[in-house]
Amino acid sequence: MLKLLKNLMKSPMFVVGISIFILTLLVAILGPLFYNVDTNFRDIVAGPYAPSSGEHLLGTDHLGRDYVSLLISGLRSSLYVGFLAGIIATVLGVFIGLFGGFRGGWIDEVLNMLTNLFIVIPQFVILVLISTAVKDGRSLTLIGLIIGLTAWSWSARAVRAQASSLRSRDHIALARINGASSLTIVVKHVLPYLLSYVFMVFIMQVGSGILSEASISMIGLGPLDSTSLGIILNEAKDNGALSDSIWIAFLPATIIITLTVFALYLINTSMEGVFNPRLRK
Amino acid sequence: MPSNKSIVFSAQNVSKTFGAGKRLKTAVNNVTFDIYDGEIISIVGGSGCGKSVLAKVMLGLYQPTSGVFLYRDDKIRSLKKHWNEVQSVFQDPFSCFNQFFTIRSQLEDALNILEKKPSKEEVKARVDAGLMAVNVKPADIEGKYPFELSGGQMQRMLLARIFALKPKVLIADEPTSMVDACVRANILDYLMKLKQELQMTIVFVTHDIGLANYVSDRIFIMHEGSIVNQGTPEEVLDKTDEPHTLKLLDDIPEVHKTEWIKNSHRSKR
Repeated sequence: MLKLLKNLMKSPMFVVGISIFILTLLVAILGPLFYNVDTNFRDIVAGPYAPSSGEHLLGTDHLGRDYVSLLISGLRSSLYVGFLAGIIATVLGVFIGLFGGFRGGWIDEVLNMLTNLFIVIPQFVILVLISTAVKDGRSLTLIGLIIGLTAWSWSARAVRAQASSLRSRDHIALARINGASSLTIVVKHVLPYLLSYVFMVFIMQVGSGILSEASISMIGLGPLDSTSLGIILNEAKDNGALSDSIWIAFLPATIIITLTVFALYLINTSMEGVFNPRLRK
Repeated sequence: MPSNKSIVFSAQNVSKTFGAGKRLKTAVNNVTFDIYDGEIISIVGGSGCGKSVLAKVMLGLYQPTSGVFLYRDDKIRSLKKHWNEVQSVFQDPFSCFNQFFTIRSQLEDALNILEKKPSKEEVKARVDAGLMAVNVKPADIEGKYPFELSGGQMQRMLLARIFALKPKVLIADEPTSMVDACVRANILDYLMKLKQELQMTIVFVTHDIGLANYVSDRIFIMHEGSIVNQGTPEEVLDKTDEPHTLKLLDDIPEVHKTEWIKNSHRSKR
C-alpha cells in the first residue's frame, strides 16, 4: 500500500491532481472556520454587484450577498453531491457488476442487459424529468441520489468485465477445490484484484456527479435547499450577468467546478498508469 | 487391466457440451472408460480436444451433459467430499495463486477442505512436510508472495499442496506445459513419487505423448472430444495406424523421438 503511494507520488499528474483536490477539500471543510459564511445575509449598505473590498473579497451578487460565502457553500454542496452520487453509483455498480460477472450464466445476461439499458438511457434526461416532477421536495440529497442511481451502469460495466475475466482464472478454481465458500472467494480472491478499478471508478463517478449536479442546477432544476456552484451559475445566467459582462458572477464558480473535476480526472488518469503497468512509461 | 483392483472413475457415454443451438460446442463426446485404483492414466490430445474439460468433469467442476460419470460407484454428490479425495494441479502455475496473500497462507488454506479439520500445529507440520517432499525448505518461502517465485518453483508449490493434502486421486492438468525441460523431469519424478509412496491414482493430462509414454500405465488418446485410441503405452504404439495417434507422434521433436522409439522397442522385447 505504501509502495503504491510512493509509485503514485512519482507521477507529476497525480501530485498536481491530489494537491488541487486536497485544496478544494480544505476550502470546503475549513473555509467556514476562517471566513464568515452566510448565504442568506444581504448587505444592503454595499448593495448589489458591489466591487471587491475588505469586507467582501469578491464583491457581492445581485442580491448583495457575499460571493466568497456563496462559493464556499457552493463548493461544499457540490462536493457533497459528488461524493453521495459517487458512493451510490460505485457501491451499486460494484455489487451488480461483481455479482453478474462472477456468477455468469443467465443472471449475468440479465444484469448485463439491464446495465446496457441504463447506459443507453440518457442520464441527463432522467435527471431533468425527475427534477421537474418533484417540484418542492428537490433537495441536494435527492439530486445526489438520482445522479447515483442513474450513473451506476458505467461502474457496473467496468467491474463486470474485470470480474468475468477473473472468474476463469486458476486461482479461483484452486480456491474452490480448497473448499472456500463463494463469499470467501469473492472477498479474498476477487475483490483485491478489483480494488484499484473500484477506486478509479469511484473517483470518476465523483467527478461526473459534480458535473451532473452543476448542469442540472445551471438550467434551473437544482436543489432548492442549498447553494451549489451550479445554482450560482443559474442565478448569474438568469440575471443577465453574461450579457452585461459581469464576470465575477460566473467566472469563479466555473473555475472552481473545472478545477475540482480536472483534479479528479488527473488523479484517475495517473492511477491508471500506476495500476496498469502496460501504461507505465 | 487388473480387474481385481477397484474402479476409481467410471464413465459411460459421457458427453459435455457448451452453449446451445448454433453455438453448441461438444467438448467431450460420448466417452466410456474405467480408471482403476493406483493407475497413472495419461489423457493425450492436441489443443481443444476436450482433455481439460474431461479433467474438470472428473474434478466435479463440470457436470456431464449426458451419460453416467461415477466416482467409486457413486455419482459426485457433495463437491467438498469429492475434493477431499480428488485434487488437482493446474496448468499455469503463475495464475494459480492469489498475489495478495503469501504462498504459505494459501497452502495452509488448502487444508480447509479436509473433513477432519487439522489443528494449527498439524496444518503447519503438514505444509512443511509437503514442502520438504518437493525439496523446498519451508524457510525459503516464509513470507514470500507468489510473484516472488519462478514458474518452476510455483509449480512445485502446487505439488507441495498435493503432498500436504494427500488426496487419493490427483488430476494433473498439463502441469508440465508451462515449465522448462529440467523442471518437467522433476515434476514427472514427483508424480511417480506420489504414486509409489502414497499409492495415488493419477490422471495426467498432456499434449506430449512422449511424456505420457514415460509415466503412464495406460494412455487415452483424445481427438475432438472422443477417445480414439486407448491402452498401455505399448498397445497405443502398436496401433499406429490410428491417424490421430500418428499425428501426435509426429509432434514429438526429432531428438526425443529416436530416444523414445528406441526405448519402446526395448520394452517390447
